Amino acid sequence: MALERFFRRKRPTKGDEDQSPAGLWMKCDACSAQIYRKDLVANQYVCPECRHHHRMPVDARIQLLADDDTFELWSGKLTPRDPLQFVDTKPYPERIAKVQDQQQRPDAVVTGAARLEGEDVALVVMDFFFAGGSMGSVVGEEVTRAAERAAEEDRSLIAVTASGGARMQEGALSLMQMAKTTVALEALSERRLPYISVLTDPTTGGVTASFATLGDLIVAEPNALICFAGPRVIQQTIKQDLPEGFQRAEFLLKKGMVDDVIPRQQLKERLALYLRLLRGGLAKEVPEVERAAVI
Amino acid sequence: MPLSFEQPIVELETKISDMRSYAAEQGVDLTDEIQLLEQRLERLKKETFANLSRWQRVQVARAPGRPTGMDYLQSIFEDFTELHGDRALGDDPALVGGLAFLQGQSVMVLAQQKGRDTKENIHRNFGMSHPSGYRKAIRLFDLADKFHLPVITLIDTPGAYPGIAAEEQGQAWVIAESIRRMSRLRVPAISVVIGEGGSGGALAVGVANRVLILENAIYSVISPESCAAILWRDSTEAPKAAEALRLTADDLLQLGIVDRVIDEPVGGAHRNPGSAMERVKGALVEELAALMSLTSDEWIRQRRERFRHLGEFDLV
Repeated sequence: MALERFFRRKRPTKGDEDQSPAGLWMKCDACSAQIYRKDLVANQYVCPECRHHHRMPVDARIQLLADDDTFELWSGKLTPRDPLQFVDTKPYPERIAKVQDQQQRPDAVVTGAARLEGEDVALVVMDFFFAGGSMGSVVGEEVTRAAERAAEEDRSLIAVTASGGARMQEGALSLMQMAKTTVALEALSERRLPYISVLTDPTTGGVTASFATLGDLIVAEPNALICFAGPRVIQQTIKQDLPEGFQRAEFLLKKGMVDDVIPRQQLKERLALYLRLLRGGLAKEVPEVERAAVI
Repeated sequence: MPLSFEQPIVELETKISDMRSYAAEQGVDLTDEIQLLEQRLERLKKETFANLSRWQRVQVARAPGRPTGMDYLQSIFEDFTELHGDRALGDDPALVGGLAFLQGQSVMVLAQQKGRDTKENIHRNFGMSHPSGYRKAIRLFDLADKFHLPVITLIDTPGAYPGIAAEEQGQAWVIAESIRRMSRLRVPAISVVIGEGGSGGALAVGVANRVLILENAIYSVISPESCAAILWRDSTEAPKAAEALRLTADDLLQLGIVDRVIDEPVGGAHRNPGSAMERVKGALVEELAALMSLTSDEWIRQRRERFRHLGEFDLV
């Protein structure tokens, strides 16, 4: 399937408050069943007919994972600059202003503190509907700050990723966010605080090749597209058909790239269990076998 | 084959060499005339290369005849000894690594290798690594740490290879891991972008204490062709994308992405590879000497800080 066409499927977020006749009903992308939008929302954006996991808005994701009334927002104070004065068919600031207005946030990520079944966590949730969840300086900085602050406050980090990759309009500065976010995770590592990444549809490019795949545990949502190079790019390069299920969560599970594929309805309880298991180690530190330079 | 904007230079060079052979054959003295033309040639080269558009620089960065990673390994290092394989999947010819001396100091050196001709290009996969290449890099970083060897990486790749096996073997995973492993090096690390710094595939071996770049090399989040295909929906708009992406050495120095630009000989590294490589050697020796006074903890801290502060944003 063409990646572009794939990226354009945004219907589930076309405003949950949309009360117009067109907004009340929608067609499931996977099974084509006519579904009542309210049913889809009530079902955590999983199709009641075919169990297809639709892309989930950030707020719903936070509501899914955070215990009631425990989410405390950290992000939102940083907004993109235009360091390259980038103009394609439109100037970058114009594109950003439009999507900021539409998504009601300064950039493609939301971070904050929360409790998850009582466990203290920091949440990083990417917004694919904001410029394809692309990572520029703001996303990189917010992820970095969240990781650093989580370490300071003795919280585990949960990152829910969804991204088309690095943001082209900030050029090599976007590329450098891959190194920046990677380095930020060291603070958690040094304090032996768990970092779990949850890869959702789609997680691609520079985000996949940095913090998204550096979790102590890496899990994915069913059927999520997870890749470095998108299917279209690969098809153009090798001029062959791609194998069935290629780059989907279940395929990656078979290839050994993720710890598990977890249906959305079970995500919260599973994450809580992981955290309890990881943080329930021996109270006293056991002497470590020396591994060359690995912290 | 010369680049299109080099045509006048090539014509003048041909004219000078024709005059030389004519003078030799006929036994006439054309010294003054030849000297005049040579001065004109120098001026022409300088003017042409001082005013290159960004898209033209992209072409210089990819020019045939430009010294490749292996050329550097063989000419500016002593006793380069290649170490093969990642101990799991195989040996990736697009990323060459091994031990060598740099002016007497033993170092671990890694170079991304494009081909010097079609046959080598196919063997080297045009400098595009598979996961095996990055796994090899990680293994060599481990070795460098264990034996306290400074690390030098030479960057020249269109990007990590986008293929079925590459994806199945976790291309994204190994790039992320290589970034992390390099950031943890307990020895000094220097990277030089010698040609094309193509996105994550380049950054995977670019997390150094000092990042240098040759005057006509480029470093970008995406190739101008791919960027144009996405944003302009037409890859022939690559010249526009190259302008917009600010991917030249000077641009990157201004943005803080690189720390130092190494001048190339007039007319570009491909017209005088020997001189270009000597300049890189000089810069490497200098930079390494400057880093030597720090401790392991300081190398790690400085490297982390360097990347921690990259990015530009405003407060809401």
